[in-house]
Amino acid sequence: MSALAERPRFAARIDPLRRLFASPASVLLTIGCLALLVWVLPDLLRFFVFDAVWTANDGLACRAPGAGACWAFVAHKLPYFTYGAYPLAQRWRVDIVFGIGAALLGWVLIPRAPARKFGGGLLLLVYPIFAFVLLEGAPALGLVRVSSDLWGGILATFVVAAFGIFVSLPFGILLALGRRSNLPVLRLASIAFIEFMRGVPMIAVLFMAATMLPLFLPGWLTPDRLLPPLVGVALFASAYMAEVVRGGLQALPKGQSEAAQALGLRFWARQRLVILPQALRLVIPAIANTVIGLFKDTTLVATVGIFDFLRSVDSARLDPHWAGPTITTTAYSFAAIFYFVCCFGMSRYSYYLESRWHP
Amino acid sequence: MSENSPPQDAAVEIDGLDKWYGDFHVLRDINLVVGKGERIVVCGPSGSGKSTLIRCINGLEEHQHGRLVVNGIELRRDPAAIDKVRRNVGMVFQHFNLFSHLTVLENCTLAPMHVRKLPKAEAEDLARRYLARVRLAEQVNKYPAQLSGGEQQRVAIARALCMSPSIMLFDEPTSALDPEMVTEVLDTIVGLAEDGMTMVCVTHEMGFARQVADRVVFMDDGEIVEIDRPEAFFTAPRHERTKLFLSRILR
Ligand SMILES: Nc1ncnc2c1ncn2[C@@H]1O[C@H](COP(=O)(O)OP(=O)(O)O)[C@@H](O)[C@H]1O
Ligand SMILES: [Mg+2]
Repeated sequence: MSALAERPRFAARIDPLRRLFASPASVLLTIGCLALLVWVLPDLLRFFVFDAVWTANDGLACRAPGAGACWAFVAHKLPYFTYGAYPLAQRWRVDIVFGIGAALLGWVLIPRAPARKFGGGLLLLVYPIFAFVLLEGAPALGLVRVSSDLWGGILATFVVAAFGIFVSLPFGILLALGRRSNLPVLRLASIAFIEFMRGVPMIAVLFMAATMLPLFLPGWLTPDRLLPPLVGVALFASAYMAEVVRGGLQALPKGQSEAAQALGLRFWARQRLVILPQALRLVIPAIANTVIGLFKDTTLVATVGIFDFLRSVDSARLDPHWAGPTITTTAYSFAAIFYFVCCFGMSRYSYYLESRWHP
Repeated sequence: MSENSPPQDAAVEIDGLDKWYGDFHVLRDINLVVGKGERIVVCGPSGSGKSTLIRCINGLEEHQHGRLVVNGIELRRDPAAIDKVRRNVGMVFQHFNLFSHLTVLENCTLAPMHVRKLPKAEAEDLARRYLARVRLAEQVNKYPAQLSGGEQQRVAIARALCMSPSIMLFDEPTSALDPEMVTEVLDTIVGLAEDGMTMVCVTHEMGFARQVADRVVFMDDGEIVEIDRPEAFFTAPRHERTKLFLSRILR
């Protein structure tokens, strides 16, 4: 007790500047890092900020000798990066889907927001249908049909990622429960699915989905280019999610389930009220990892003909109107920034959740 | 009353029960009748099958042979029968097993709301009443990790009582506790006993056994070796194995 009381309680608050020079090793490290910064930072700043071309109507200014990043190109192509080939006159529909999606997501992700359960219900049950109808169109409602072949850019990336997350969490949970089930059929089916999906590269899954899915669909359904990769990504991610969730289930002491059983809670009530809330919290970092991986893996749908964000950046780069020495660097830098912002956001949110539940 | 006289009105009837874990014969020909309102203490060396026996009584373990009837319902593989039995049998574990993501109050309202389908307000009233009874009225909004072991075990008792069980099972409720907390938990259980609750309690607290037990069951090696009234059990054990065990525990 007294030993504990005497321990300095704010050790972490030692002046950070002093800690950078606390020992010979950290002095070396500090100086090394500073030197590295001094070496690369000016060049980076010059290229991306000071010498960058911010406004232009074509590639002329960007081709000038010594010009930096061509942000004018990004600004000019931004609609294409966002909507792909979605018809110009209909893009307001995408804007609405994005806007409402962002609002609902904000509502549900902010823990103090009022009536979050209601918001969650809207987001999970109503929003997907609403978004699908609005994006795909419904002649009966006066909305022109826009084939998903035309969806591209950020729209395609978000649709694939959102569908993947939306399916992989619940399906992954079911697979994880199936893998631990006492029923041999269920257990074997879950193991077979998980191991198959994990044992095959995602590109192979995408190609298989593209060739095999039409065989299972009824004839009257028009073969759609976006659906197979959507399904492929979702199934692939589910297998990984299942293993993550299983890790959480295994880490939970058996006594939790037994206490719930002894109280008379049946299987699903037990999972929903006692087991999953604890098991999922235990594996938040791994779930975030899987979701971030899924988000970046969506770039692979380009191999089956989807013009996702990265692919549209990649193709816009080849526009002869804008051709120039800095275009490729600019385009990929922009893509990197986009993916980084999205992934870093997810990562921070997962840390926040963790700190909320494991104070 | 003879050592194993079947009481008129049985809460638990165990008749020729056998259980195996794979090849391991963990319970051998168990015969025991627990009357309504009767208080049974089960003791015996570690690994003798005490936990397994009381876990059979609420269907946490299934037996392979023999009859087990609880409140007139025979436990077989039938899930509906197991559900019915569990609604009337409360259990308290050695390691408390409180739900760590729920507050004390939520731990106690969970089953009343989702098994008995009580409205939230009613479930909370009920929970507060039982929590006050185990002297934890002030702690209802804490999480289990913020409580001492003794307090956690008292919450676990209140949680079980919220289902209004007619039988309570205790599996070494005090053996994970620091010595100074044993009394507060035992006092709570004694209080229950005085109210006439039927209970089966695995424990090595011999003072407690003398105070509340109607009969003491001694198990060794998966068998019931001896059943007796506490006085006789402690002063004149009949079997060598019982004497050996008592000499170790009453040192
Ligand atoms: N799930 C299980 N699988 C196999 N053996 C078990 C299992 N649970 C308990 N046992 C064994 O059964 C015996 C009795 O266990 P238990 O009932 O916990 O004893 P006690 O509670 O009297 O200490 C022990 O030898 C133990 O190792
Ligand atoms: Mg035991």
